[in-house]
Amino acid sequence: MHSFRGFLLKEFYHIFRDRRTVAILFGMPLIQLLLFGFAIRNEIQEVNLGIYDQSHDAVTREIIDKLASSGYFVMTQELHSIAEIEHAFAEGSIAEAIVFGPGFAARMLREGRVTVQVVTDGSNPNVSKIITGYTASVLQDYRNTALRTAEVGVEAVPLMMFNPELKSVYLFVPGLMALILMLVSALMTSISITREKESGTMEVLLVSSLRPVEIIIGKVVPYFLLSFVNVVTVVALASFVFGVPCRGSVLLLMLESLLFIVTALSLGIFISTITSSQQVAMMISLAGLLLPTILLSGFIFPVASMPLPLRIISNLIPAKWYLIIVRGIMLKGTSFGYIWKETLVLAVMATVLMAASIKKFKTRLQ
Amino acid sequence: MKDAVLIASVGKRFGAVQALQEVNLSVGEGELFGFIGADGAGKTTLFRILVTLLLPDEGRAEVLGLDVVRSYRDIRKRIGYMPGKFSLYPDLSVEENLRFFASVFGTTVEKNYELIRDIYSQLEPFKTRRAGKLSGGMKQKLALSCALVHRPEVLFLDEPTTGVDAVSRKEFWQMLGRLREQGMTILVSTPYMDEAVLCDRIAFMQEGRMLALDTPTGITTLFRKPLFAIRARETWRLLCVLRVSPHAASVYAFGIALHYTDNRPSIRADELLAALQADGFTDVSVSVIQPGIEDTFIALMEEKQGAADE
Repeated sequence: MHSFRGFLLKEFYHIFRDRRTVAILFGMPLIQLLLFGFAIRNEIQEVNLGIYDQSHDAVTREIIDKLASSGYFVMTQELHSIAEIEHAFAEGSIAEAIVFGPGFAARMLREGRVTVQVVTDGSNPNVSKIITGYTASVLQDYRNTALRTAEVGVEAVPLMMFNPELKSVYLFVPGLMALILMLVSALMTSISITREKESGTMEVLLVSSLRPVEIIIGKVVPYFLLSFVNVVTVVALASFVFGVPCRGSVLLLMLESLLFIVTALSLGIFISTITSSQQVAMMISLAGLLLPTILLSGFIFPVASMPLPLRIISNLIPAKWYLIIVRGIMLKGTSFGYIWKETLVLAVMATVLMAASIKKFKTRLQ
Repeated sequence: MKDAVLIASVGKRFGAVQALQEVNLSVGEGELFGFIGADGAGKTTLFRILVTLLLPDEGRAEVLGLDVVRSYRDIRKRIGYMPGKFSLYPDLSVEENLRFFASVFGTTVEKNYELIRDIYSQLEPFKTRRAGKLSGGMKQKLALSCALVHRPEVLFLDEPTTGVDAVSRKEFWQMLGRLREQGMTILVSTPYMDEAVLCDRIAFMQEGRMLALDTPTGITTLFRKPLFAIRARETWRLLCVLRVSPHAASVYAFGIALHYTDNRPSIRADELLAALQADGFTDVSVSVIQPGIEDTFIALMEEKQGAADE
């Protein structure tokens, strides 16, 4: 026990004496949360809009007024030809152009329906999709008021459960927690173990009376504690700064986070048992853990819309399960009864990885 | 005398490289035993097998009567090991390093202070300094203190003085001498011949094999040809002339003198002198000398090389 305490103390010295480590441990969660919270948003405001109105009648003016007053659009340009539209897009002065054909109001009265052409910049598909959606809803709205009595139809009234305002920070916070924990736990542990291999100190540690299990646990405990501090920081910041609620049990959220931390730590140790240099460990952690965590976990791109092979691979990514759990608890207020399956998956992953790394951790150099 | 270390027919290979081959030797308790050899001679591999970090492919080895494969856990508690690479934590201070290594061996600095006092007292003025900022000689002293802090029965030092200045090297060996006086068994490897003289016995190693094993004076008897020390003011020209001479068996620069052996078994110093004076060397002197360890090592290496080439 005495030797283990000495080992732990040494690990804390390593962490707190290395400025870069401290910066990654404590600066990164803060910066990432603020970045994702303030800078990176899916909501789009002030779309620069160009109008090519060949009618200039009451109906087109009314539609333009409605667009302008919606809050999403800023009328920047009156356009006078199709060629001008292309030019304006190439210049980047507009993000959307709306074209009204000639005799708009008259055709609407005569034929009962008219078309409006909505042109967007396809080089940024995400933005285009969103602003086309905004435009469509404004036009739909106009149609409903204009033809109030005309037709019988089915109208869809959407209600976004759990996030009625569609705030993207709600989407990012759980993903960010997964990302930060993965980075801190897996990357930092794998680096800290391989550093000892590189510097030759592992040789001395192996020859000491410490058992492999003690070395592993000694390496893991500090990062376990610090990761937990990070979870608390992120949840607190998300709540106080961005108003992200935690609708479910905070205790459950913390316990599930601890489970995810253990999974990530086991991954880190596992990586360090199969490599002997810090460089390789870092590459594997970044390419093999961080990228999948960002891309395949459902953090940014929904898993359901991936092709089948990627959907299958995504099941191997611990962050996918953790995301389901965190979104459930924080945003939906889910209780354990609904997420026990995901919890079980994480628990099995952690157990298998931990057992494999303790078994693989060599008591010798070869 | 009981054997502290016993090595029997040990072999080890890394892929295509035969790192060790048929190594046999035993080191008695309380002995200061030196392994001499160039880089890649297999010294480090042999040490790693003895400290249970590597498994031998062939043969067996025992430390303190325990098998290095089966009883590795017991051996690890009773030995001290200082690897060749600087293996302290550079971000920990002198004192923290020492306390750390004491703690992982389940002891405290205070308990064994007596043993390391000699060495550590020189470091104490710098005990708050980070180990990474110490000079080469000080690092080695700290590493030695760390390897000693749990009072091991056998101490393995893999090239402890490589890259250390001459004064520190001398001090380091004085410390080893004092440890031996206290009865500790010490195995040390070194590329420096002048350190070999300070050992009780030495083993020459080359390409994974043991070339010779004896006391430092005993080993020089393996050098059988008469050895001449030749001096002249024009050392460079002397070297060139002797190197092309058809009678020269070996010529080496050795400080300011050349060490020379002749392939004529009964050649005398005055005959050589006459021949050199005939070549125009005026201030030349030739004397028969006792071969040193380095002479012997070079001769044995050449012999081996010659046998391998044939």
